[in-house]
Amino acid sequence: MESWHRHNLLDLHELTRDEIALVLETAKSFKEVSTRDVKKVPALRGKTIVMLFFEPSTRTRTSFELAAKRLSADTINITASSSSLTKGETILDTARNIEAMSVDMIVVRHQSAGVPQYLAEHLRASVVNAGDGCRAHPTQALLDMFTIQEKLGRLEGLNVGIVGDILHSRVARSNIWGLTKMGARVMLCAPATLLPVGIQQMGVEVTHDLQQVIKSSDVLMLLRLQNERQQEKFLPSIREYARVFGVHHQRLKAAKKKILIMHPGPTNRGVELSADVADGEHSVILEQVTNGVAVRMAVLYLLAGTKAEIIGQKPEIVKVKPGT
Amino acid sequence: MTPLIKVMDKDGIRRAVSRIAHEILEKNKGTQDLCLVGIRTRGAVLAERIHACIQQIEGTPVPVGILDITLYRDDLTLIASQPVVHETLIDFDISDKKIVLVDDVLFTGRTIRAALDALIDFGRPANIQLAVLIDRGHRELPIRADYVGKNIPTALDDDVKVILPESDRHKDEVMVEKRKV
Repeated sequence: MESWHRHNLLDLHELTRDEIALVLETAKSFKEVSTRDVKKVPALRGKTIVMLFFEPSTRTRTSFELAAKRLSADTINITASSSSLTKGETILDTARNIEAMSVDMIVVRHQSAGVPQYLAEHLRASVVNAGDGCRAHPTQALLDMFTIQEKLGRLEGLNVGIVGDILHSRVARSNIWGLTKMGARVMLCAPATLLPVGIQQMGVEVTHDLQQVIKSSDVLMLLRLQNERQQEKFLPSIREYARVFGVHHQRLKAAKKKILIMHPGPTNRGVELSADVADGEHSVILEQVTNGVAVRMAVLYLLAGTKAEIIGQKPEIVKVKPGT
Repeated sequence: MTPLIKVMDKDGIRRAVSRIAHEILEKNKGTQDLCLVGIRTRGAVLAERIHACIQQIEGTPVPVGILDITLYRDDLTLIASQPVVHETLIDFDISDKKIVLVDDVLFTGRTIRAALDALIDFGRPANIQLAVLIDRGHRELPIRADYVGKNIPTALDDDVKVILPESDRHKDEVMVEKRKV
C-alpha cells in the first residue's frame, strides 16, 4: 500500500485514489479501538491539536475531539465567539499565535471557503479542513465513503444519489470529488434553484425527478436545506419542497432492497426525510456518526507523521531500522 | 554480495512449533484459561500453527487473537511517514486469562514492550508468556522469552528473515543475511 506524505487535508480533489483507499483502510483498524473497554491508544502522545471553529458544530467538533483524545493527543477548543477575533484580531494572527504555543495540528471550520487553504499556506502546523463555507468537508465525505464501503463492500460501480440543497452543501461537493474518484456514479437531484450552474462538469448527472433517483440508487444521501446560508428565497415554501423532494416510506417502495439512506446531519425531520425513513431499516445515519470518529482518527494519525513541506524541498525521510 | 545462511528449514520450523506447543501445555497444565495472541504478521501465522498443534495434542481449541502493535511503537515520532495500521482482532476477554504472546523473532525487545502495553489495554490477564521462533539476542529492554524455537547468535547488523507461506510467498525457512563478512 502507498504511504502517506501529505501534511494537510484540505479537500478530496487533491487526494489520489490510493490515498483515499489508504485512509479508509486505516480507519478500519481504528474502528476497533472505539469498541474496547480502554478506548485509547498512545499513537499521538504528546501532540497538541487545536479545534478552531468559527461556525457552530456538534457532530464534527465532538468527533474530531474524541478522535484526537482516543489517540492520546491533547486538544484545545476555540470558538469564534469566545476568542480574540471579537476584539478585531485577524484570523491569521489568531492562528499564528496559537501555533506559537507549539501546536502540531489545527482543525479549522470557517464560513468562508478557502480559509483552511490560506492557513495551510502560512503555518507549519498541519491543517485539517473541518468544513469551509460551501466548498469542502473532506472528513465527512471520507466517513460517508467508509460507511458505504463497510455496508456494501465496495464503492466502484455504485449509484449514489444526492438529494437536496446541493448549492450550499460542502458535503455534496467533497462527496462528488471522492465518490467519482473511487469509481461510483453520482446523480444529483434538487430544485433548479439549489443546483450550482455547471455542476455537471464535476462528472455527475443531474435530474429533478426524485422517483428516478430513488429507483436507480444503491445509496441515497439526503441533505438539509441550509436556511442559514439562504439569504434570498430559493423555494416557494418549505412545505412544497418537502412534498416534492422529501423522502418518505411510500416513495422508498420503488427503491432497491438494500438501499442505504444517509444524511450528514443535522436532519430536519419532515422536510428532507420523514421520521420513519430516518429511523427505518435502511438508515445508516447513526453509523455514519460512529464511523466519523474512526475516519478522523485515521486522518489525524496519518497527518501527524509528516513534517511541513518547505517549497522546493522534499520532505526528509528518516530511516529507522525496524526493531524486532 | 551478502551471504544468506539458512539456519532453519521447513521441518526444523515444524518441529520447533510442535515442541513449543508441548512446552506451553506442560507449563500451563493443559488448555484451561489459555489464549494465544500472535503479533502481526508472522507472529499471527505462528500462533495459528501452535494452535493447530495444541488442538491435535489436547483435542480442545483455545482462543487465538491477532495484535497489531503499530500504534504502540516507541519510534512513531522518528519515522517520516506513519506506518500502515492493521486491525487488531481479539474477540475474547483476556481478563484473568493466561496469554501466550507469539512472535517470529525476538531482537531488541521493543516490539514485545509495545505488545505488552497493547495487551494491558484490553484487560488484566492472569499472566503473559512469550513464545518466539527465533531469539537472536541484542536486547535493549529487560525482556526474555518463555518458549524459544531456536537461539541464533547474530551480529547487530545481521538481518534475520523468517519466511512462512501464509504471510510470504515462499516455503518455510529462516535465513540470516550477513551484512559484514
